[in-house]
Amino acid sequence: MFAPDIILAAVLNGLMTGAVYALTAVGLTLVYGVLHIINFAHGAILTAAMFAAYFAWKAGIDPYIAVFGLAPLFFGAGYAVQRYVIGPSSHGEDRNILLVTLGLSIVIENALLAGFRSDTRTIDVPYGFSVIDLGFTFLSVPRVVAFGASCAAAALLWGILTRTDTGKAIRAVAKEKLGASLVGIDVAHVYAVTFGLGAACLAVAACLLLPTFYVHPRVGNAYVLVAFTIVVLGGMGSVPGALIGGLFIGVVESLSGLFLGESLGQIGIFLIFILVLLVRPTGLFGARA
Amino acid sequence: MTAGGDVILSVENASRRFGGLLAVDDASMTAGRGRITGLIGPNGAGKTTLFAMISGFIEPTAGRIVFEGADIAALPPHRRAIAGIARTFQIVQPFAGLSVRDNIAVGAHLRRPGREHALARADEVGRLVGLGDKLDDPASDLTVSGRKRLELARALATDPKLLLLDEVLAGLNPSEVRDVVPVIRSIRDTGVTIVMVEHVMQAVMSLCEDIFVLAQGRIIARGGPAEVTRDPKVVEAYLGHGAAARLVAREGADHG
Amino acid sequence: MRGQANPVRAYGPILLMAAVLGALPLLAASNTLLNAMVLALIIALAAQGWNILGGYGGQFSFGHAAFFGMGAYCTAILQTRFGVNAYIAFAAAVAVGSLVGLAIGYLSFRSGLRGSYFALGTLAFAEVFRILANASAFTGGAAGVLIKLDVRPETFQFASRAVYFWIALGLVTAVMLVNRWIERSRFGAWLVAIRENEDAAKALGVDTFAVKLKAITLSAAITAVSGAFYAQYFLFLDAGIAFGPWISVEALLAPIIGGLGTVFGPVIGALGLHFVSEMTRHVTGRIPGIDLVLYGALLVVMVAFARDGIIGLLMKLRARLAGGRA
Repeated sequence: MFAPDIILAAVLNGLMTGAVYALTAVGLTLVYGVLHIINFAHGAILTAAMFAAYFAWKAGIDPYIAVFGLAPLFFGAGYAVQRYVIGPSSHGEDRNILLVTLGLSIVIENALLAGFRSDTRTIDVPYGFSVIDLGFTFLSVPRVVAFGASCAAAALLWGILTRTDTGKAIRAVAKEKLGASLVGIDVAHVYAVTFGLGAACLAVAACLLLPTFYVHPRVGNAYVLVAFTIVVLGGMGSVPGALIGGLFIGVVESLSGLFLGESLGQIGIFLIFILVLLVRPTGLFGARA
Repeated sequence: MTAGGDVILSVENASRRFGGLLAVDDASMTAGRGRITGLIGPNGAGKTTLFAMISGFIEPTAGRIVFEGADIAALPPHRRAIAGIARTFQIVQPFAGLSVRDNIAVGAHLRRPGREHALARADEVGRLVGLGDKLDDPASDLTVSGRKRLELARALATDPKLLLLDEVLAGLNPSEVRDVVPVIRSIRDTGVTIVMVEHVMQAVMSLCEDIFVLAQGRIIARGGPAEVTRDPKVVEAYLGHGAAARLVAREGADHG
Repeated sequence: MRGQANPVRAYGPILLMAAVLGALPLLAASNTLLNAMVLALIIALAAQGWNILGGYGGQFSFGHAAFFGMGAYCTAILQTRFGVNAYIAFAAAVAVGSLVGLAIGYLSFRSGLRGSYFALGTLAFAEVFRILANASAFTGGAAGVLIKLDVRPETFQFASRAVYFWIALGLVTAVMLVNRWIERSRFGAWLVAIRENEDAAKALGVDTFAVKLKAITLSAAITAVSGAFYAQYFLFLDAGIAFGPWISVEALLAPIIGGLGTVFGPVIGALGLHFVSEMTRHVTGRIPGIDLVLYGALLVVMVAFARDGIIGLLMKLRARLAGGRA
């Protein structure tokens, strides 16, 4: 067995990763809660954001600076994709939306593959290997930053949802679409804003991941099911649920990696996903077909 | 009254709770074989829940539902259909992508494994409900009244002993109601027992032989149409507390 | 579903198409062409399997790779590790594939998974298999499995690509015939009823759980045939090939492009897709992923503008021509 401080270190590391997972899941759960769709392109958008952050770094902009440009940029792109592609082409049917977002993810992922080949890219920032010494283990500074910034971004999103008029409109649409449209809320606009917010969350997550992670056209794949797992675990559409679920999954992944080894580590997540899907179907899938 | 007659269905002290809400509270009712029984009540009385318990889409939290002498309360909907209970949906549920004939054939297949037999039966039932000239049309092209007829036809094609009609007349205009009422009567005349939840009072009064009145989850009255409409409890349930007394007072004033 | 009463009109076109395609190696026996055709037919088979569950039953799986991979790995491992005869291995692979379908179906449908959740659940199952196959020594790990080259009819290996082509075509044709038979059966009527409205089907006495289970078992069996044949044709596979997302995507793409819930849809879709992908390769050279970009775009375009696929477009065209004449 492992010594307690090794396990504690794994838990801490899991929490660091989990915060970023939570941020990706928050975007997904928000889109689900409002549009009631599963955005299958979520992982591909994250990949695109990571490439954007990578090339920003190549152009001399640190990811922690680039985030302030990329988040609005991805908000705009997400807005446009929902408003002009997903919305009109899916005819309002769940199954179609699933297929359209699947199609988008295939396009984005493979366009990146065609453009940049399957090379794995990493960036080299001065703080990349800085650590904080806790006595029993070291914490990587960029991961601590990622943890803090993810929590801050989630809090900011929560503020937008609860304090602003746009946020109120979003919550109104999430609760009662027809009623919201009757009182004059532009539902298509709110949908697009929500999708844009989800994409912006991914841009933030991408900038936080980049200093300690690598970029590859398929890197987002690893995150899709993780994000879905978190969303299902935390309750579809629940932002606080996604936060807690994200941290939990981060820890599970870290611990199963420790006990099962690197190659099998991910299986823990998938098994949890399947289990949650199968065991707690009521409330999660309710009446929606 | 059905008492003493041949009872095909009896609901015995059935209750259904949703969280803190007791939607149906200790309700008992019966349906006599070969008769048309109505289940009426004001909005929110629990009719839909009671109906769903009989058709198997909701399980009662307490009580029995006895069909042909056997308790079926725990059977899933498809097993009840096999036993001989068919239902229609208040909000029509056509197989939108299929033709009218193929829609009805799905029901007909229950007792006819062969495709040809099922299609032949579909034609027959389709004509019976007045869809004979629309059999090849897509179900999605039907009008509201056409869809209601399709609901009837599909259920009927399963050769039920008991047919449950959930507001089959709702949403129809008066002339369409006049067209469908004889169809329902002719179904009864073929020996099928009918239980109907209905809002269109005029049709209930002319079709139903026995009526049960549900209010706030409880059966508050039972009897023939004339009996039930005179029952002060029923009048109060529909028109509010004290209404019966006011009506009597007004009648007295009119006669005075 | 049109229940054609006339068996000649129902089954004739299928046999005609098989005959026309079957003559291909006799006319133009280029190995490149045959190779492309065999691969397209393998995809067609996987897609036909998907179409039973997704096209007729309306249950969209994102994880048919689970069945494809199970078929492929079983046929390969039984031969390489246990020296089982290739044909017996093939049959066993199909049996195992359908059992996996039955198991996944039982778990998913028992818990009421539908729509997007069913899609995600199946995807997760396929990913679990992929990770396991990639990590386990029994399946050859990341290195994969190589079936020994031994070109004899007894080992299900042939020198001529035309033979593989004919076998693949025979399998695809057989599945099309089964498919048509299903369309004209009670099982088919019930399956389509579930797709259109599950509650209404239940009320009409359809045991929706049992029907969906039968459908996913048959669907998995057909897709396992595709996987087993893939292994037998290429004699090599690894976790990414067998259980990777590519085959799940192609299996669902082909019926959507060709026409969901139709006999010809998956076949036309698969042949069409591979024609398009070969063409793009000719035009753009070997840029990785470019054909998939096109696939993805096609998927969006078809969902947006032609929900009934190529078959639907052809029917509309025919109706318009007929209308013009009248």
